[in-house]
Amino acid sequence: MSDATKYISHLELGERDETFLDSNELIINMGPQHPATHGVLRVILKLDGEKVLGTECVIGYLHRGVEKIAENRTYAMFNPYVDRMDYVAAVSNGLGYCEAVEKLLNVEAPPRAKYIRVILAELNRIASHQLWLGTHALDIGAMTPLFYTFRDREEILKIFEKYCGARLTTHAFRIGGCQYETYEGFERDVIKFVDFVTPKIDEYEELLTTNRIWVERTKDVGLISGKDCIALGVTGPVLRASGVKWDIRKAQPYAVYSEMDFEIPVGQNGDTYDRYLVRMAEMRQSLRIIRQAVGKIPEGPIMAKVPKVLKPPVGEIYHSIEAPKGELGYFIVSDGSTQPYRVRVRPPSFVNLQALDLMVRGALVADVIAVIGTLDIVLGEVDR
Amino acid sequence: MLDYITSYLHSDLTPGQAGNMLWATVYILIVFAGISLAVVAMNWLERKALAHMQVRLGPMRVGPHGLLQPIADAVKLLIKEDIIPSEADKLVFWIAPLMVVTAAFTTYIVVPFGPTHAITDMNIGILFMLGVSSLGVLGIVMAGWASNSHYPLIGGLRSSAQMVSYEVAMGLAVVSAVLMTSMNATGIGTLSMIGIVNAQKDQGIWFAFKYFPLGFIALAVFGVAMVAETNRAPFDLPEAESELTAGFHTEYSGLRWSLFMLGEYAAMIAVSSVAVTLWLGGWLRPFPNWLSGQPWDLIFSLFPAATFLVLAAIAALGVLRMPKHAYFRVQTIGLAGFAGVLGLIGLVLLIPPVRDRVEDIYWFVIKVAAFMYLYIWYRATFPRYRFDQLMKVGWKVLLPVALGALIATAVVGVL
Repeated sequence: MSDATKYISHLELGERDETFLDSNELIINMGPQHPATHGVLRVILKLDGEKVLGTECVIGYLHRGVEKIAENRTYAMFNPYVDRMDYVAAVSNGLGYCEAVEKLLNVEAPPRAKYIRVILAELNRIASHQLWLGTHALDIGAMTPLFYTFRDREEILKIFEKYCGARLTTHAFRIGGCQYETYEGFERDVIKFVDFVTPKIDEYEELLTTNRIWVERTKDVGLISGKDCIALGVTGPVLRASGVKWDIRKAQPYAVYSEMDFEIPVGQNGDTYDRYLVRMAEMRQSLRIIRQAVGKIPEGPIMAKVPKVLKPPVGEIYHSIEAPKGELGYFIVSDGSTQPYRVRVRPPSFVNLQALDLMVRGALVADVIAVIGTLDIVLGEVDR
Repeated sequence: MLDYITSYLHSDLTPGQAGNMLWATVYILIVFAGISLAVVAMNWLERKALAHMQVRLGPMRVGPHGLLQPIADAVKLLIKEDIIPSEADKLVFWIAPLMVVTAAFTTYIVVPFGPTHAITDMNIGILFMLGVSSLGVLGIVMAGWASNSHYPLIGGLRSSAQMVSYEVAMGLAVVSAVLMTSMNATGIGTLSMIGIVNAQKDQGIWFAFKYFPLGFIALAVFGVAMVAETNRAPFDLPEAESELTAGFHTEYSGLRWSLFMLGEYAAMIAVSSVAVTLWLGGWLRPFPNWLSGQPWDLIFSLFPAATFLVLAAIAALGVLRMPKHAYFRVQTIGLAGFAGVLGLIGLVLLIPPVRDRVEDIYWFVIKVAAFMYLYIWYRATFPRYRFDQLMKVGWKVLLPVALGALIATAVVGVL
């Protein structure tokens, strides 16, 4: 308790009516072991009855020092580590890192590799959103979507497994392209999956979108304006649901996104319901991208000419991509040696988590759960 | 002594009314064992039905199709370490689960499984039922308070607020059903559970369909309120897993925790019994007046046996579909044995005296089972309400609707 009080002491508290009973606020620890904090997030809540007066996030329970490890590994050796940050969207992590190092080395992956990257990254976006939907719905009390989404996510993981042997931490890409050529029937599998999952997304929506309780639980919950999002650096679906049309795939196209035809789903109110709708729409857009990419995938090499020992020139680079959760950036400083001098990751979950306090202040305990869910955080990425 | 035993057999009263303590005790034991068994069965059925709604299999390992899973769970809970937190109020912590179970089981004193198949009948039966069943909340509040921990405290507070608000709507819905019992020539109603069912028989209509849709509205209000009253999804806020870890029973484990579960399921069956008694004709078979006469009586009395035989057939089909592997031999034999037992029960139920004796109980149980299925269905479908929304639904929707239905019933009845 004293520990918690220490953390909470600097929180500014809202105006309260003093009563003759002089009732005290309740300070409770939500986490690090709690069924709804998506890992080891610890939120200290200051409650007046059920009303939230303030929150304090305590993070670091999953800190593994990924950025420090990078300084003692060669560029290629660090590649598998990034998969362990956002482990539900490992492909996007790898994509961002590989592209950043490629930029630093001034090489470019061949077109075929880029298409494979886009297909896998978009599949991974769907997998990540499915996992988000299942757990978010479970947090709000709807059990069933969890099992539906996990059933369908399995098909994506099967494709990953057939492609690179791993299901979760794929390590699918190499600096300069892809290590593996696609397996026999890869395109067919992907198209089969797209056809399979399109009606399934409608199935999830059928359970939730017009469900009265779901709408009541999510509408006007965790409101955040576009301006606040930008001020806090919030990106990804959370930003887009607040009405800001910002998607790095369009704004600063990387890989082959400039050749893809897709839309950026945008919400208006910036509440939990809009974020839900935006992510559902994003899954559909991802399917659209995958279909195009599979149709356009060219023949050719999958690896660019890169030296065996990577020694990028002295310099620094910041490269960011649109990960499922928001802007994932890598800032890499090279001192000309085989190991990076410094790697700094800008993880979307970590930055988005900042908005939690703003979004839940004045709301109820149940809303805290809904907001943690809607922010779609992965603690491996928050703590690194 | 023998006279004392046999004298009851020829009476058409419940043992409580006949004042026969011996038979009353026998009935109490039967009801207690029956409800406990029903809770065990419900445990398995809920897990299986929920699993199949969620594209998974549910328990499959302990016994064929997980049939022995409830027993395995019970054994596990019994041998678990019994923990009382050092900061807890030990006496209250100890009493709370007993309170919940006692309240849930006491209600069965007046539940009429048939015209004579009740422990007793009171002239204030439904009032007794409502009064005792709301004692359960006391146990929950005590558990929340005695644990001396934050999550249980919030869970206990939520549950007391929730139960108090939903009891109002529930009570009003019940009153409109009781009002309907007085819509006869004499103009005298009844609060007795058996009397209410008899009134439905005399008036020739289940109260759910009387003055359509008024009776149905009252049933619907009661149906929602009873889910809230028993803390089940989507109103399971007191034990909201994702918010309060486990709500009021966070600090409980082992046997004490299982008592809470027992109490919860027993209460679910109890409130479902009230709904069935008040609106769905209790033990009455479908159309007792319209489809009366010898052939219809015979056909309807064959239903219990038919049900068990169908269940036995399903189990037998399961035996045939079992993998033909040595590993599954014990399970296959077990399932075959289970099918055999079900079939045997089905055959016993074909014997005429048994058949006539259990028919009432069968119709009652079937109707209650339908409500139990609804509980499972709700749980698979709905997200959880937030606390303020729960209150809003209780006070701003259910209460006016129930009050309106009550007034409309009274007006229509007088006209």
